[in-house]
Amino acid sequence: MSPPPTASTLREQQAYVAAQAADARVNVELDTGDMTLNIGPQHPATHGTLRIACQLDGEQVISAEPLMGYMHRGYEKLCEVRTYPQCTTLINRIDWLGSFANEVPFILAAEQLMGVEAPPRAQWIRTILFELSRIANLSLFLGDMGVQVGALTPVFFAFRDRERVLNQIEEVTGGRFHPNFDRIGGLKDDIPRGWIAETHAVMAKMRGFCDEMEDLLMGNEIFQTRCRSVGVIPGDVALSYGLSGANLRASGVDWDLRRDANPGLAWDQVDWRVWTHPDGDSFARYWVRLQETREATKIVDQLLDGIPSGPIMAKVPRIIKVPAGEAYVSTENPLGEMGYYVVSKGGLGPFRVKIRTPSFSNISVVPWVMRGTYVPDIITILGSLYFILGDIDR
Amino acid sequence: MALVDKVKLPKPLSWLLNFGRARSLWVYQWGLACCAIEMGAAFGSPRYDVMRLGVIPFPASPRQADLVVISGTVTDKMAPVIRRLYEQMPEPKYVISMGSCANCGGPYWDSYSVTKGVDQVIPVDVYVPGCPPRPEALLEGIVLLQERIQREDMQERWRGEPIVVPTSAPSSTRGPAAPAVSAGSAQA
Repeated sequence: MSPPPTASTLREQQAYVAAQAADARVNVELDTGDMTLNIGPQHPATHGTLRIACQLDGEQVISAEPLMGYMHRGYEKLCEVRTYPQCTTLINRIDWLGSFANEVPFILAAEQLMGVEAPPRAQWIRTILFELSRIANLSLFLGDMGVQVGALTPVFFAFRDRERVLNQIEEVTGGRFHPNFDRIGGLKDDIPRGWIAETHAVMAKMRGFCDEMEDLLMGNEIFQTRCRSVGVIPGDVALSYGLSGANLRASGVDWDLRRDANPGLAWDQVDWRVWTHPDGDSFARYWVRLQETREATKIVDQLLDGIPSGPIMAKVPRIIKVPAGEAYVSTENPLGEMGYYVVSKGGLGPFRVKIRTPSFSNISVVPWVMRGTYVPDIITILGSLYFILGDIDR
Repeated sequence: MALVDKVKLPKPLSWLLNFGRARSLWVYQWGLACCAIEMGAAFGSPRYDVMRLGVIPFPASPRQADLVVISGTVTDKMAPVIRRLYEQMPEPKYVISMGSCANCGGPYWDSYSVTKGVDQVIPVDVYVPGCPPRPEALLEGIVLLQERIQREDMQERWRGEPIVVPTSAPSSTRGPAAPAVSAGSAQA
């Protein structure tokens, strides 16, 4: 197409060409099919550096693909060049919200290989700290889920009350976040004086926090409309994708490693129950986690009253050498099943460590559950699946 | 701010401008790993309350931010993204590297996928040590950065080149600065 003879200046010629091009575009059938929406890797709603590439048809998601690796730190390879005590330092940092819970399965696997068993007092304190880190982890989720649907207040409450639990963990272990407190054969230290009464008070406060969240969020109409029957995962799909933890229990599958495969910790000594929800939607996942936090406070309360006396460390050699063999131990971490497959060849450090982390399996359901949902629901579904990037990428 | 980079401002005026800049920092949060939670505790929790220092932690985009807190492990896959978003920030811009991982690689010093320090990618003004640092430590880093901004020569800053700020200056109320401050932008 040539410019009209009247167009004298370059600007007029360009305007003419642009107008012709616009006409040509209007007259063809507009391609409204696919639009690629990229969420992340740096996005306030993705809890870290998860990237989701979505194909959209209008407002509807055709496909969503989680792209990971932005937080891959190479734990499995690093464990091969560390000794066993050094490994726990690294392993703390996988799920950074419930750090103590990460150490326990690895230590249990190493103990199983060495044939050592921690004394009962150590097992009880381990269980208490395990549940405390569960509360510290899940309480942040309870507030953060509010942010995902646009309510900013709950997260401030969560951070306020979470500090109390972190203080209790710090008082025993010396570390707010990464305790590195668990040892092969027991614990590093005993609990300090007065800690039991303080922890009882904190647990009462955390139950108050759960009630507050129930009042503030779960009864809220906006929260219900955003979460009810959104992102429904049926039980069989959840099982086939390898979901674990609260995501699985929210789909109606009654499965909890603390009850079903207790690896020797004190959960079988106390009275508690596993909560499930038949719906499998975002609301069910929130509800199950809320009940679990409340249940964890009750577990801690009961455990605190019955700590047996005795030593906190079994007899282990100064320099830890684990005999050759293989062991897999998994526990019910705040996010789901976390397991360590430790292969030892008799050296100072493991020959190979395979880490089974819950979040990796939990987000594998994202392409399935996102199909056909709408753009605003992407964020609530991701929030309710509750993953931690260190746990996905390792 | 065409005047600032051409004319040597009189001292009271530059003090006033620096005072204003230091007390209205807009922070772009770059939560990467464990430190992001401690940063969230510092910025989002009522106990630490960073807004009393004049730091506003909720800009929606790096284009509105004065300061970025790189908190957590920087991996080789993430490093180009950090570089790109840092370049989108308007001058004058500041960087706080929070935590051992962002400072030097931390416990992943021999990992194949971790960048050993974010200062390989972008210039850093304040390093906050710790794994992770407590929220108080991040607040300390922000206060140190504010003192640094207070002492800055605006003419040099607006020229956009990396500058070296003397670690102790008569205008400082704290005496010699703590070792957490280093002239990172000068080395970069």
